[in-house]
Amino acid sequence: MSTTSGTSMDEILSTTKKVRASLGPAALANRRALEKAHPEIFAGSPLRRATTIGVIVLLAALLVAAFVVTDVSFGRIGSGLVQLVHFVGLMIPPSPGTWERAELFLTGLGETLAIALLGTAAAALLAFPFGFLAARNVVPIRLFQLLTRRFLDTVRGVDTLIWALIWINVVGLGPFAGVLAIMTSDFGAFGKLFSEAIEAVDRRPIEGVISTGGSAPARLRFGILPQILPVIAGQVLYYFESNTRSATIIGIVGAGGIGLHLAEAIRTLEWQQVSFLILTILIAVSVIDQISARIRFAIIGERRLET
Amino acid sequence: MPTQLPRLSEDRLRPLLAAHAAATSARAGKTALGLALFGLAVAAASWSAGVDPVKLFAHIDRFGSYFVRLAHFDSGDYTGQIVLSHPGEWMWGLKRWLRLLVETLAIAYAGTLVGALGGFVFSFFAARNLARSPATRWLAVRFLEFCRTVPDLVFALIFVYAFGLGALPGVLAVAIHTQGALGKLFTEVVENADMRPVEGLVASGGSWVETIRFAVLPQILSNFVSYTLLRFEVNVRGAAVMGFVGAGGIGVDLMEAIRKFYYADVSAMLVLIIATVMLIDWLTEALRHRLIGREATR
Repeated sequence: MSTTSGTSMDEILSTTKKVRASLGPAALANRRALEKAHPEIFAGSPLRRATTIGVIVLLAALLVAAFVVTDVSFGRIGSGLVQLVHFVGLMIPPSPGTWERAELFLTGLGETLAIALLGTAAAALLAFPFGFLAARNVVPIRLFQLLTRRFLDTVRGVDTLIWALIWINVVGLGPFAGVLAIMTSDFGAFGKLFSEAIEAVDRRPIEGVISTGGSAPARLRFGILPQILPVIAGQVLYYFESNTRSATIIGIVGAGGIGLHLAEAIRTLEWQQVSFLILTILIAVSVIDQISARIRFAIIGERRLET
Repeated sequence: MPTQLPRLSEDRLRPLLAAHAAATSARAGKTALGLALFGLAVAAASWSAGVDPVKLFAHIDRFGSYFVRLAHFDSGDYTGQIVLSHPGEWMWGLKRWLRLLVETLAIAYAGTLVGALGGFVFSFFAARNLARSPATRWLAVRFLEFCRTVPDLVFALIFVYAFGLGALPGVLAVAIHTQGALGKLFTEVVENADMRPVEGLVASGGSWVETIRFAVLPQILSNFVSYTLLRFEVNVRGAAVMGFVGAGGIGVDLMEAIRKFYYADVSAMLVLIIATVMLIDWLTEALRHRLIGREATR
């Protein structure tokens, strides 16, 4: 409404406020009689009301319990906030310190983007065959399909940071371990997403290929792939966006990228460098988001034209 | 089924092939260009990230052997034996680990709920169709973007210095990140809401809050709940590693065990974490299906 008519919500509301002031009392004067005439509208369902209140009380009680377990208290929050405001004050203006540091940070940023790109691409490549193995309509043996799914779930259940620590044991500290960590944890996620996409394919194009005498690879190439490729490409790009975010933290455990510098800056209380690094990450992520959204739109737009 | 289709004669086949080539060549060129650009990006990234396949394949046995070591006792009376042979000894720290898992779940729960409430409030200021004014909308959108883009571990790392070690900075970090992530999703849901009830409420003199309560909320609540439950799953995984930076939960002990190569402890905690994550996933999925089912029958 604000977009179609050009008037903002505030303008509309100020008008209704005036109308309400003049007409409101007149409308409400008859409320008693209305309540009496239509009790079912005003009373509501007692069962639903009780359920609503019960759910809210349960959620609140759990929240209080969680606060007790995590040792949340107003005193701690208060003194912490004072400290936090102090830190934020020290962060202004953002500055890398020296030129050498700035160069180092930008190299770290490049590493982070490289980790996200390679990790996502490698995960997609690895997960592609597994997507077929975990799809119900491709694998005739249900047990085998279920086992593949569980395997993918287990891989997904372990956080990227834990995978990073394991890979550091194999290839040592550095961005390569980060690439492998993102690859492993996204492999589990992609396997699941791909298999769901494959399970959702339309049978008719496959039957069409069969009817013209197509072989099994031809069925895959011309019957299934054209249907799932846009979906998969969209998902991979979406994960690439979110991985540029997670790749920044992978450095905290020593697996390369800008996170290494960020963790170091925080530990040495170099607040101006911290804000500079966060700003750099914000800009980089928003640029990647823009590019990726454009590619995603191009791919999905293409699919819309075809169907 | 052996199907034999007769091949078309050459003069009938030729125009068909030509038409096919004409239809696909433009797209093939585009695809090739895209692949070339992608290949270039991968090459540059490999150089930047120090990708070294030789090193990977030279040491790949360490990856396998890491899991073999995870499955065996590394010290004590049963050194070298498989962990499942003495489950009691393997899970020796069960009581402490379960307590830490409860703390992890508490971080995830409190962070999710507080963050969801924050995202809920901000989404109405950030949604195009309900925003009070362009200025507050711009502020709300940018604020949510900031909360979402800075990873929760970075918030936790900073909060550990401000609030002290423990689960409190973990809760706050999860809450802020959740507020950003859910706030964006909530905003999209609100923007897709049917505006006719809103017009009805405004026409009958409803205030902004009343409009939201009676016209928008009934439409979107189930979507909000569904997204919040999904986010809770993500946050349980996230809270499990909050301890890596000292922000509470089982991550504290896990990090220490990994760093000190206590393999049996690492595997015990990993098994507990994976089991918890799967249990939570299963529970929230059941809840979501029940909610969606109720929605469908209404």
